[in-house]
Amino acid sequence: MAKQFLKGNVAIVKGAVLAGCNAYYGYPITPASEIAEAAAKYVPEAGGTFLQAESEIAAINMVYGAASGGARVMTASSGPGISLKAEGISYCAGAELPCVIVSIVRGGPGLGNIGPEQSDYNQIVKGGGHGNYKTIVLSPNSVQEMFDFGQLSFELADKYRNPVFIMADGFTGQMMEPVNISEPKIEYPEKNWAVKGTAETSDNLITSIQLAHDDLEAHNEKLQKKYSIMEEEEVRYEELYITDAEIVLVAFGIASRVVQSAVEELRKEGIKAGMFRPKTLFPFPKKQISNLSKRAEKFLVVEMNNGQMLDDVKLAIEGRKPVHFYNRMGGNVPSIKEIREKVLKIMR
Amino acid sequence: MAKNILTRSTTFYDEYYRKPGADKKNTTYCPGCGHGILHKLVAEALEDFGVRDRSIFISPVGCSVFGYYYFHTGNIQAAHGRAPAVGTGVKRANPDSIVISYQGDGDLAAIGGLEILHAANRGEGMTVFFVNNAIYGMTGGQMAPTSLEGQVTTTTPRGRSIENEGYPVKMSEIIATLDAPVYVERVMLADTKSIMHARKAVRKALKIQIEGNGFAFVEALAACTSNLRKQGPEAMNWVKEVQQKIFPIGVKKDISDDFEAMRREHKKVKFEELFDLLDVHELNIDKEKVQKYSDKEVRQHFKIAGFGGQGVLSLGTVLSEMGMRHDYEVSWLPSYGPEMRGGTANCSVKISSRKIGTPLVDNPTLLVAMNRPSLDKFEDAVVPEGIIIYDSSLIDRKPERDDIEAIALPATKIADELGNTKVANMVIVGAINEKLELLSQEVIMESIGDVLKKAKFVDINRKAIGKGAEFIRNMG
Repeated sequence: MAKQFLKGNVAIVKGAVLAGCNAYYGYPITPASEIAEAAAKYVPEAGGTFLQAESEIAAINMVYGAASGGARVMTASSGPGISLKAEGISYCAGAELPCVIVSIVRGGPGLGNIGPEQSDYNQIVKGGGHGNYKTIVLSPNSVQEMFDFGQLSFELADKYRNPVFIMADGFTGQMMEPVNISEPKIEYPEKNWAVKGTAETSDNLITSIQLAHDDLEAHNEKLQKKYSIMEEEEVRYEELYITDAEIVLVAFGIASRVVQSAVEELRKEGIKAGMFRPKTLFPFPKKQISNLSKRAEKFLVVEMNNGQMLDDVKLAIEGRKPVHFYNRMGGNVPSIKEIREKVLKIMR
Repeated sequence: MAKNILTRSTTFYDEYYRKPGADKKNTTYCPGCGHGILHKLVAEALEDFGVRDRSIFISPVGCSVFGYYYFHTGNIQAAHGRAPAVGTGVKRANPDSIVISYQGDGDLAAIGGLEILHAANRGEGMTVFFVNNAIYGMTGGQMAPTSLEGQVTTTTPRGRSIENEGYPVKMSEIIATLDAPVYVERVMLADTKSIMHARKAVRKALKIQIEGNGFAFVEALAACTSNLRKQGPEAMNWVKEVQQKIFPIGVKKDISDDFEAMRREHKKVKFEELFDLLDVHELNIDKEKVQKYSDKEVRQHFKIAGFGGQGVLSLGTVLSEMGMRHDYEVSWLPSYGPEMRGGTANCSVKISSRKIGTPLVDNPTLLVAMNRPSLDKFEDAVVPEGIIIYDSSLIDRKPERDDIEAIALPATKIADELGNTKVANMVIVGAINEKLELLSQEVIMESIGDVLKKAKFVDINRKAIGKGAEFIRNMG
């Protein structure tokens, strides 16, 4: 297995290409631009299409068209760009088109800044666009996972005919770490539903409009069934020092890397702290957190936003145990020291 | 020919099975509506050219949103205004398909103004049929970008005023100014003669795509009988006598005689070539040489800071990559974006024998300060007993703290003596490694070429690393 020192934003493209990504449509935005740059370099070399679109809106609609035509397609952006793409993402979900959307989250609201934040959790996990739809959301916390999820996202998108998000942040996109490069995936599912300009596909239709109320309700029920299968089968998470933990720190993405360090320091001091990290934000590991709350006494959610995953953790715990919260915003990353002090205060 | 006039084109479904309700034979269009006429012209052309199977019809938002009830082709329904972007995606994925972007005036000239402009400018292999009926039909008669001056609509109850709403938008003229479109014509669907002419334009536009993958654009002036509150002939007369005065019909651009077919083919790639294409190569490491380092307990947190252009970031990547080659866990995190444009840069590097938590270094075990602001900014953050290596050829003060080890390294001076200021960062790499005994110098020297990927500078970088190490050794 080859090993390479890669930037997160580049690793995601290499993973995608090795998973058969053959189309990329995007618009530059900091801190996600290296994804477009790497895609511009590698996707055409690997036999695919790269196009810098005239806008974020055009980009997601090119993704819609390419996915309709059977391509394995991705795009990437950051907060403001994802806001612009929201309509198109809803169309992709409504028309059940497999595609991969990466968001390298930056500071908001508005133009905000380009520092790392996790403030688009609600935007990405809860929808962002209109209608009763869900997307699978993968949350990497290392460059290795940027690569791995670059691959996994395509697999899941095809498996469910659904958009899949990779939600990372400015740090995970910009940092470099060693990556074990796995072999390319060489077998892809047949997409006999796609519109390819062939006799066999000339009866195919890609649409999200259902004028009759009963038809649209039935379509929505079908979608909800699909989402509940995802909830059964696709939950992914990581646990650290969890078995005897008295306090469980819940964090995702880059925040979990700091939490991991903090937990290790606390353990050295004899504090029974553990970490729970959702790798999928939808489906959210609510059963796992619910079960933990029957054992562990205290919870601390650490996020780089105003408490967005916090709501989901509280819903999973259903009031059984106190849930504390520590956050930083604006592009600031919580320090190990801050988290340690917060834990010590809670445990006192 | 006679058959086409008397029977329904085979491009249309015999029965509109996707259409809800009992009536599967008639369209949803009002009698006299331009959509019905244009649909028929397009359908007949696709049949006559034998390309129905290859065709993909993109329905917009508007009255023709249900184009897929009728056209027995591949069908995609697009978001409002985005058909040219959707068409771009599907055409690039299927270069042999025949893509039809069918749009109304609100769709193409208002909300989707950007998408059509850029698809046209790229010369996408698609044919655009643009129905201009000067009104928003489906939503019930609101102003369109093509509504005429004085035209009363539900959102211009006093008539469209130039002062408030501006002039009607002339899309054909705009598209014709671009280089890539092969053929742009405005036609009208107003009487038998003009419809027969429109038929020719439709066929020509499709031919340009079928034969040369060119972009062609046909704007059809058409009547919206319901919203004009006019019967068929009267409405058609309005098109001819009123609408056409503002939107003159005719060819706006035609380079079809000189146009060379444009193909957008994909490179054919074998799976076994992918690693090479992605610049993925096996690491060339002599396991024996790094063996003695792999058992070592290491936990180094570096902060490396200086001016942009001093090679601060590459100093960090070289250390990290070398760390990786010694089987350490490593991470590198840069300052990025506008932070970089003010002239200062820094990066956090961790090299550890254990899994790395946060990649951000708040309190470095070793600080590299390549300029005075960096020393000022980060001196206090260094852990007690930590090390500060500062470029004494550029920084005019010593670190003030007495609980750290300060190393005054004239890196820039040493680099200048080697003949290239830019290798000051590699002088520091050599010094760090010698000081911490972190990595095999032999391995660094052997793999610096692979890491830097600039063969030309390998020698001088090696020398610089050697000089940095030598400086530390001579300190004793």
